[in-house]
Amino acid sequence: MRVQQPAATGLDLERVDGRAKVLGLAPYAYEHPAENPTYLYPVQSTIARGRITAIDTAAAETMDGVVAVLTHLNAPRLADAADKELAVLQSDEVGFRGQFVAAVVADSPEAAREAAARVRVQYHQEPHHAALRADHEDLYKPEQINAGLETDTQAGDPDAALASAAVVVDRTYTTPAEHNNPMEPHTTVAQWEGDRLLVFDSTQAVHNARKTLAPLFDVEVEQIRVVAPHVGGGFGSKGLPHAHVVLTALAAKVTGGRPVKYALTRQQMFFLAGYRTPTIQRLQLGASPDGRISVLTHDVVEQTSAIKEFAEQTAGISRMMYSADHRRTTHRLASLDVPVPSWMRAPGECPGSFGLEVAMDELAEACGIDPIELRVRNEPAIDPETGKPFASRHLLACLREGARRFGWERRNAQPGTVLVDGWRTGIGVAASTYPARRQPANTARIRFTADGFYEVQIGAVDLGTGAWTALTQIAAEALECGPEQVRLQIGDTDLPVATVAGGSSGTASWGSAIIGAAQMFRKEHGGFPSAGDTSEGDGERNPAGKNYALHSFGAQFAEVQVHADTGEIRVSRMLGVYSAGRIINPRTARSQFLGGMTMGIGMALHEQSVMDERFGMIVNHDFADYHVPSNADIRQLEAFWLEEVDEHAGPLGARGIGEIGIVGAAAAVANAAYNATGIRVRDLPLTADKFLT
Amino acid sequence: MQISMSVNGNEVTRDIEPRVLLVHFIREELGLTGTHWGCDTSNCGTCVVLMDGQPVKSCTVLAAMADGHEIRTVEGLASNGALDPVQQGFMEEHGLQCGFCTPGMMLTARALLDKNPHPDDGEIRQAISGQICRCTGYATIVRSVQWAANHPVGSAATGDAADPSEAEEVTA
Amino acid sequence: MKPFDYARAASPPEAVAAVAGNPAAAFLAGGTNLVDHMKLGIAAPEQLVDISHLPLDKIEGTDDGGLRLGATVPNSDLAAHPLVRQRYPVLSQALLSGASGQLRNAATTGGNLLQRTRCIYFQDVTTPCNKRNPGSGCSALEGYTRYHAILGASMDCVAVHPSDMAVAMAALNARVEILGPSGDRSVGLHSFHRLPQDQPQRDTVLEHGELITAVVLPPLPEGTRSAYRKVRDRASYAFALVSVAAVLRLEEPTETDDGDGPASPPKIAEVRLALGGVAHKPWRATFAEEALRGQPATEEKFRRAIDAELQHAVPLPDNAFKVTMVRNTVVSVLRELCGVDQSSGGAGTPASGGEDRP
Repeated sequence: MRVQQPAATGLDLERVDGRAKVLGLAPYAYEHPAENPTYLYPVQSTIARGRITAIDTAAAETMDGVVAVLTHLNAPRLADAADKELAVLQSDEVGFRGQFVAAVVADSPEAAREAAARVRVQYHQEPHHAALRADHEDLYKPEQINAGLETDTQAGDPDAALASAAVVVDRTYTTPAEHNNPMEPHTTVAQWEGDRLLVFDSTQAVHNARKTLAPLFDVEVEQIRVVAPHVGGGFGSKGLPHAHVVLTALAAKVTGGRPVKYALTRQQMFFLAGYRTPTIQRLQLGASPDGRISVLTHDVVEQTSAIKEFAEQTAGISRMMYSADHRRTTHRLASLDVPVPSWMRAPGECPGSFGLEVAMDELAEACGIDPIELRVRNEPAIDPETGKPFASRHLLACLREGARRFGWERRNAQPGTVLVDGWRTGIGVAASTYPARRQPANTARIRFTADGFYEVQIGAVDLGTGAWTALTQIAAEALECGPEQVRLQIGDTDLPVATVAGGSSGTASWGSAIIGAAQMFRKEHGGFPSAGDTSEGDGERNPAGKNYALHSFGAQFAEVQVHADTGEIRVSRMLGVYSAGRIINPRTARSQFLGGMTMGIGMALHEQSVMDERFGMIVNHDFADYHVPSNADIRQLEAFWLEEVDEHAGPLGARGIGEIGIVGAAAAVANAAYNATGIRVRDLPLTADKFLT
Repeated sequence: MQISMSVNGNEVTRDIEPRVLLVHFIREELGLTGTHWGCDTSNCGTCVVLMDGQPVKSCTVLAAMADGHEIRTVEGLASNGALDPVQQGFMEEHGLQCGFCTPGMMLTARALLDKNPHPDDGEIRQAISGQICRCTGYATIVRSVQWAANHPVGSAATGDAADPSEAEEVTA
Repeated sequence: MKPFDYARAASPPEAVAAVAGNPAAAFLAGGTNLVDHMKLGIAAPEQLVDISHLPLDKIEGTDDGGLRLGATVPNSDLAAHPLVRQRYPVLSQALLSGASGQLRNAATTGGNLLQRTRCIYFQDVTTPCNKRNPGSGCSALEGYTRYHAILGASMDCVAVHPSDMAVAMAALNARVEILGPSGDRSVGLHSFHRLPQDQPQRDTVLEHGELITAVVLPPLPEGTRSAYRKVRDRASYAFALVSVAAVLRLEEPTETDDGDGPASPPKIAEVRLALGGVAHKPWRATFAEEALRGQPATEEKFRRAIDAELQHAVPLPDNAFKVTMVRNTVVSVLRELCGVDQSSGGAGTPASGGEDRP
């Protein structure tokens, strides 16, 4: 580990977008000026599976201000209807409750909404399945899982190893469906000018959005422009275009060129904007009496939608986290008549770490050793999955630093023994990890302006993470100029191609392209450029990936209080220490870590999307009933990181920070709750009723 | 129906349908889009504005109900180009990430400080409970409001890097 | 939202006349519940009569030493009022534990009493609900019932009343003053809200056109203590899983100690307990009250008393935990109010209704 030298990166630079945001002037998708706009309000299916037999739109069509009522009978045809999530209003089939079955476009949002309420839809209802069960009869093995990973892996003979292990932990853990719920609802404003489509979209990837849309509308990507200068959070749910983007662009085909504006209501987001799949995870850990793990199996059952497959890589974490000669991971899907699951902050690692890291806590107790010491004893020398060396693995340093700062030595190993003012109190730990990904296919352009600024252009997106700021710093450092001399332009497909703001890959991927462009610029134009001088540079796939396993690591510590009478549970203290390579901006980075930990507290204590199997409906589909942490739920939070530059992580030395803060957080809370109460909860969330005695 | 109200000190009069929500009136009719719309059911707080100085959720107020009242939105926080200390505080202490909840948070903070110039952290947390932030974890929001409390309008320091709170770790 | 007319009433009688004369008219005060319902299609009034500007916004002392709370007093003002905080801390605590500051600034005394259940099926017009659409069936009965009733429910409706304020008022023996087309009347808070029976569409005994003008709190005898305790799924800004309002007065035991043995516990001279989150109305735990009255203030008595109430509970699959939760919370609150050390489990926890308990 080296302490980095202060340069433009590493500076605690104030947010570039801060001023516009505190003035209320930063335009999100809905805020862009639109001439003579129309407003869309959808009609959603009220059955989970079946066919539309009749739609009565007469009452809606005759209402004042209604421009059009679209159904599968009259909607323009899409050129490609293969993706059934995106093939909106293309057939009479209904694949889940809440699916778009019609849409009203009107002169005012009020008229659109009222007219939509008057559309009458009749269905032929077919039997549906909407509840995930471990013994679901038609479980199947997907060809691959998210991020292109193998569905199953095996090493050695896990069953035999389990049979002969001295200590075995064999437990099943469940995590519920969870919804991303960024504060800005998914929003699209679409306008056709002839055969060119302009879209203001709340998206994590403008270039990917237009690449997805182009074949649907049978146009070239160059005919579509997607703009997203500011995005009000996404956490994965805005990474891939969902049905509303297509619906809005489709509706804009029938308005005579008028723009169509559509922001999902919060309630609609629970059906139409992706979510984290629920998981059922069986973990088996076999170890020697002194806690050395010989066998680790992680078998996952999770759900996908019958209309589109999404396979979360839940057990991926168990392939690389700890050493074990015998190992198995599997993923099986239940194909259900439910909304389409998708990415939510740290897909795979986030739910998977709950199973693995609580199981580790159970193993530590079974062996009678400290949970940190257990992890020390099972620290692999090389990546158990690939056999490659880790480019950088500082898990133990994170654990030790965290233990020191958190006061781990004060933990009472005997659970349920500390009572403070009526609250049972305990502390717990969990490890965290996230792969370091760098996406190829990024290009940046740098142009020197007549007034002496460097215009840095890349079609990246800042969904709130701080990309505006971090990329400005990266450009300044690469150009060896001050940040104030950089004019960054992002969030527009008119800018050079860039990959998604997701997978904790944005800064490293885009930053590499910017560094490439800066190097090219200096090579082509030297240190004293003339106005108009322009260069482009590309990012590239990280060559170190061939020889090294690239992951970030972290340690999560939580102190939990459980009320002895009522079972109410609070996280009174949480502390994370991360090793994520180079930190570009401490201010935005700390906020990302703390935000991830906070969402992890939400996952631990509150968040669950409840499926009513009878209706195929997520019943708690608003912010009153789907609880995310309120301010009162978040007490003392601290995030630290190891000062390091990962020389194998590319020219920036950074590995990405957006997701590691949530990984392991729920397990740390659950382990602390066990330490506090002696009650082991293996099913999230940890609600008060589970601690009542 | 015709309604008149004061918005950020300016009298506005418009003909509206009674069913228009205050949030939509402010955004669509007046073009003040800093007030956001985040949940539709008065749960998230991104639509908070001040009505007669009190924070209210403008998605659950009809524009007609605001007839004759004083409304203040995020666009009315800065005066003559000078940021309100609350706005300054949110920049100094990184009280925002995506910024979508920020206008509502700042207006509630402004109302709190007008009533209670030196709130403790608990009072701040209580004041902004009912407004959801999904990005920051709230700690820096609390610090931002404290920054504003420590730098009231008229005080010399604005964004002074020597602020001792800068040296502390982020806790709330 | 369906188009509607909006008018501001000039006086309470005018407001009553306007609503009484139109079956599709409704009163509008803070709007925090009604406006949401109109957006969601749960309510579709053709005329709104805005009463928020009427002179019903005073908090005044009554001749007998009680308080009259105007129907349009904002919840935030009511919670902060010095006389409320001083004389009726249970009410102030209950108000502060409800909703959030932004909503309390808009929500009113009368509106809070009239807010409708947060049953998620009631709030989703795509599912059957007897309260919203009589005769269509109860979706909750065999659905997700974590937040539903364990007491006083019927096969037609298992919803709970969401108010915290009303629970405190039930324990305070408040009375609701009502102005109707044919004059004034006054109803005890406890009788104001209904049990669902076979008419869950009726939340209260109000007739169409009747307007709440005030809530009157009777005086409390010297030495009365009160507290509100709310248990919820989030530290703030969530509806109650269960809540407890307790109002009681202790008296020292009549026989004096000889100084050797342990001091006798004080006796419970008067007690009123109301439960929230468990029924279609604020639930006065009268069996428990009866069991406590005149008894020594001990944890054992508390436990037996609440068990006397809870033997009538009929929990649903998702909310059986509420029986234990009510029992433990009641015992916790009584322990705190009576200064009794806990015999096991939790120590004397502050029975405060503040939003920021650790």
